Amino acid sequence: MYKAIVIGTSYGGIEALRLILPQFEENFPLPVIVVLHIGEHSNDLFIRHLNNMCKLAVKEADSNEPVLPGYIYFAPPNYHLQVEDDFTFSLSTDVKLNFSRPSIDILFESAAWAYKNTLIGTILTGANSDGANGLKIIKEMGGKTIVQNPCHAIASAMPKAALKAVMPDIRLNIEEIAGKLIELAYSK
Amino acid sequence: MGGSYYESNADLLNIELQLLLDAIFLRYGYDFRDYSKAHIKRRILHRLSISQLSTVTELQDRILRSREFFIDFLDDLSINVTEMFRDPEFYKSFRENIIPKLKTYTFFKIWHAGCATGEEVYSLAILLQEEGLLDRCQVYATDFNRKVLEIAKEGVYQKADIEQYERNYQLSGGKKKLADYYQSMYGSVMLNKELSNRIVFADHNLVTDSVFAEVNLILCRNVLIYFEKKLQDNVMYLLYQSLVPSGILCLGTKESIKFTRVEKLFDIVDEKQKIYKKKIV
Ligand SMILES: C[S@@+](CC[C@H](N)C(=O)[O-])C[C@H]1O[C@@H](n2cnc3c(N)ncnc32)[C@H](O)[C@@H]1O
Repeated sequence: MYKAIVIGTSYGGIEALRLILPQFEENFPLPVIVVLHIGEHSNDLFIRHLNNMCKLAVKEADSNEPVLPGYIYFAPPNYHLQVEDDFTFSLSTDVKLNFSRPSIDILFESAAWAYKNTLIGTILTGANSDGANGLKIIKEMGGKTIVQNPCHAIASAMPKAALKAVMPDIRLNIEEIAGKLIELAYSK
Repeated sequence: MGGSYYESNADLLNIELQLLLDAIFLRYGYDFRDYSKAHIKRRILHRLSISQLSTVTELQDRILRSREFFIDFLDDLSINVTEMFRDPEFYKSFRENIIPKLKTYTFFKIWHAGCATGEEVYSLAILLQEEGLLDRCQVYATDFNRKVLEIAKEGVYQKADIEQYERNYQLSGGKKKLADYYQSMYGSVMLNKELSNRIVFADHNLVTDSVFAEVNLILCRNVLIYFEKKLQDNVMYLLYQSLVPSGILCLGTKESIKFTRVEKLFDIVDEKQKIYKKKIV
């Protein structure tokens, strides 16, 4: 039933993603698309590191690349990442949104238009409010929304802002999120 | 209405969007029909949310009837964000790999396609000056947005950005200080006039105009990412046609000739920094 997962996170995100992404098996049915605020510099190292830990292939998304299951895509540093209606990626160097490029809002909003009610949006630990608006749009378009419980997040501002903007379908501690995503991914 | 109305009428939004882009092309000749749509959609919804207009069709009505309104709207559609020495590693590679080749020429032509407000053009001019090559070249810098071309011609930029540019310049292997190339005035800096002696700024649309000139070097960075695949292919071919044999093509760091129509027509000079050399056929 679901067709894609989008995840947004900033401060504490690397630790959080390390708890989630390696748990997906090789045949995981959904593409996973991540915006992690990491500064302007290359995330080659981090991607290589995750690639070693994960059963799915981890890569930076390229412009016009089709969005496929079997992959975990990251927004390239200093570019906004969007999903087009034909399920390909597009990139942009547009002005920062919420002081961020890549911006979680921009990924979430575009993915919501493309996937409508077949999208799962997830906000994890982070120190700003990027992603809150995007998550709201996912919810409004019928997608599933998940927010990490801010009480236990490394940085609570991002999940808190998300909770303020939208009543999510699911609110969980970090250890429970991977399991939930797997359950949803295989649900009919 | 705006965003929330269309959230339950997503198909309608796509229909109205397509009609709007057709209308703009028919009325004003600007062709956005094969641009990536996610960005256009976001900008249009934003425009609706801050105006009195409630549907894209109403927006279209305004655009068709007022050129002035259209010119403002054009800014929504074109992303002009740029910086001096953006991607310092690119300029470093350029210094190492391309400059020695340019030094063998007595005269050469450069085309910056999609130059926006000009920061990239002046960055390269500084580099060429440091290598003693600026006097030997003719630089064409083009964009389809006349407003940004006006700013580019002035060569006046925000002081607030200079710190970042200075850092970029140093990282790019700059030989002096960026401050040697501009005068400060209040909140702005003005680039030295001698940098622009060789530069001609001109209006050119990569989608609807033909080959601009035959040149030795093209920089077309962070423009093609806004195009859908088919249009990317066509514009790549136009760039190819505009180069002399062995001419150099420089793309943005997230752009590539891979999987395009021109893939086999270039040799790779620097894969990571997206520098290519046209093959002699
Ligand atoms: C993001 S800026 C890139 C500026 C600079 N090359 C850089 O990399 O920093 C993209 C520019 O491409 C221009 N552009 C977009 N479509 C174009 C077209 N069809 N013809 C000419 N210029 C175009 C926009 O107006 C904008 O100024």
